Amino acid sequence: MSHAANVNFYKASSGLKNWLITLDHKRIGILYLYTTLLSFVIGGIFALLVRLELFTPGPTIMSQQNYNRAFTLHGAIMVFWFIIPAVPGILGNFFLPIMIGAKDVAFPKLNLLSYYLLILGMAVNLYGLMAGNGADTGWTFYTPYSIRTGANVVSMVLGVFLMGFSSILTGLNFIATTHTLRCPGMTWFRMPLFVWAIYATAVLQVFATPVIGITLLLLAAERFLGIGFFDPKLGGDPVLFQHFFWFYSHPAVYIMILPGMGIISEVLTTFSQKTIFGYKAVAASSLGLAFVSFLVWGHHMFTSGQSLVANFLFSLFTMATAVPSAVKMFNWVATLYKGSISLKTPMLFALGFLFTFAIGGLTGIFLGALSIDMHFQATYFVVAHFHYVMMGGTVVAFFAGLYYWFPKMTGKMYNEMLGRVNFVLFFIGFNITFMAQFVLGVNGMPRRYYDYLPKYTGWNQVSTVGSWIIALSVIVMLFNFIWSALHGEKAPMNPWNSKGLEWTTQSPPVLENFEHTPTVTAGPYEYGTPVHA
Amino acid sequence: MSSTHAKLDHAHHFNSADHEFAAGKIGMWLFLVTEIMLFSGLFVGYGIFHYIYPEMFREAHHELNKVLGSINTIVLLSSSLTMALAINAIQRDKPELAKKMLAFTFLCACTFLCIKFFEYSHKFHEGLLPGKFYSNTELKAPNAALFFSFYFVMTGIHGIHVLIGMACIAWIYIRVNRGDFDSHHYNAVEFVGLYWHIVDLVWIFLFPLLYLVV
Repeated sequence: MSHAANVNFYKASSGLKNWLITLDHKRIGILYLYTTLLSFVIGGIFALLVRLELFTPGPTIMSQQNYNRAFTLHGAIMVFWFIIPAVPGILGNFFLPIMIGAKDVAFPKLNLLSYYLLILGMAVNLYGLMAGNGADTGWTFYTPYSIRTGANVVSMVLGVFLMGFSSILTGLNFIATTHTLRCPGMTWFRMPLFVWAIYATAVLQVFATPVIGITLLLLAAERFLGIGFFDPKLGGDPVLFQHFFWFYSHPAVYIMILPGMGIISEVLTTFSQKTIFGYKAVAASSLGLAFVSFLVWGHHMFTSGQSLVANFLFSLFTMATAVPSAVKMFNWVATLYKGSISLKTPMLFALGFLFTFAIGGLTGIFLGALSIDMHFQATYFVVAHFHYVMMGGTVVAFFAGLYYWFPKMTGKMYNEMLGRVNFVLFFIGFNITFMAQFVLGVNGMPRRYYDYLPKYTGWNQVSTVGSWIIALSVIVMLFNFIWSALHGEKAPMNPWNSKGLEWTTQSPPVLENFEHTPTVTAGPYEYGTPVHA
Repeated sequence: MSSTHAKLDHAHHFNSADHEFAAGKIGMWLFLVTEIMLFSGLFVGYGIFHYIYPEMFREAHHELNKVLGSINTIVLLSSSLTMALAINAIQRDKPELAKKMLAFTFLCACTFLCIKFFEYSHKFHEGLLPGKFYSNTELKAPNAALFFSFYFVMTGIHGIHVLIGMACIAWIYIRVNRGDFDSHHYNAVEFVGLYWHIVDLVWIFLFPLLYLVV
């Protein structure tokens, strides 16, 4: 073992087999990287197809049936194949143990199992697509349509069930890791905020995901056995499905955004060389968001015939989620104040996040308000809001994190010029695409429709052109990553002069992360004191 | 990597066997939380439909066999006791006693499933089947099929848990037989025990809700 301690984890062993059955959290993180980035590209292609179809009213490139399948696949792939596993799977796996000074996650075998459950879930989904009739229900699988449609819903929901199991085991692993494997001196309040965010996410994964598991099993049973829970003909209630679905899927939105918020805390402090403003408030707000997210699922059903009292309470709790979100926003902005800011690519994405996430969050308050939601429910306003939070929030933060940790993960520097081009293209393309959809939504264009009135044509075309700019920016990013990983400059140990523990080991890290188990003596953002105090 | 550490009694990323045990325990308890959440969806559904159709639930539940249900409750409770005794035996370095206790636990699980099989076949015979397969004509209350949907889905998912538990108990029995455990190293026994108790606990809720409901 002693000879391997100084060798980086890529060189510790070689061969495809050693990668496919690896128990090293860093290699599993790299496996997730390939898998989820590929999923992002596939989901993105479906998004481009949907946008292209909407370029003109009436049929443009596909039939109604294929349009329904395309938006279903776009949603399901982006949510279940990409955005839920991506940040915990890649960056959580790779960096959570390093950031708390551990050699690995608590249960390495379980970690590998999580990865293969994700792959198995994808395979079951793909089988359903290949075997014929792809699902056309939208990613929400609402009953009663999902019971009646001739499309292959079962392979879709069973695949998602398996991926949910994967997500649960990842969360369980991270909680146990954070509790038991912190290195000497790594107290709870010396943990980086990314670790806090991943921890809060893990709590949600463990508590909420089993509910979608049982819901999707019941939906499969409904199709196989006609059990009638969601079927009014047999005395059941289709809205019950919506309650069950959103009881998971609203917390799931925070499973998606919380890790992104953690990345932003790391990037903003590093590139302003300043301690985080209000460390404990930011850490606590992650747990606060996780908690409140369990109380708001009903705001997806304001128009489904809920009682007025329920609507009022869900609206109230929804407003409450703005509080921990705003705590984060204000603390991030205050962190920048009087910092020595350097506008490297990760920082550009992080600053972009502050804008796009603010828009996403504020339009969420519109939708949480009962009187406004009655008008905006099921219009493009909802689509635009959702994408401002998920893409403008999570995906932007994810890109920031990929650029930020690229030197540590690959041992190479990315190309700064291409990175900046990537950011500018993305930021412009993103805002064009989805700002246009806010306008469409306010003007009353319904979501998920194949056809639309001629008066909506202009803004739809703006939105579609925007989607091409996003696609171009992603191509630039992928080219940058691949080219830099092969030909980039060699990365030093700590290219950003960051205080994080992950920057005190080699780039890329050695097999057991550190040559000697580190001892932590200071908080994670104490700029102004030397690294090895 | 594991081969180079074969001499150690704990995985390379832990400080000691106790450290590994503590992490495993957190993991196991979290897994039990997910089990509770999984069943909670069913319990909530049950509560809602019981509230909507109280008469139907009252009439339909008389079709379940209270005697067999009670026997099964006693069987599972006994098996939980012997599972706890098996862990206790390992903690006191008595593998032979642990093996007997595990064997008894396994037999109880078999008994439980046998009784469940006879109950199910009786329901099949009467046409008391879930949802659209329901063909009984004697029950008066409308939507009685829904009660049997709950009955089969809830006891069915519980039954799958019993099967998984039996596989785990058999695996533990083989490992005890092989001499894998002693009073300091019995993580797997403890974790299977915890799992078995949750299977028992879920039944403790299912039994009154389905068989004794008023």
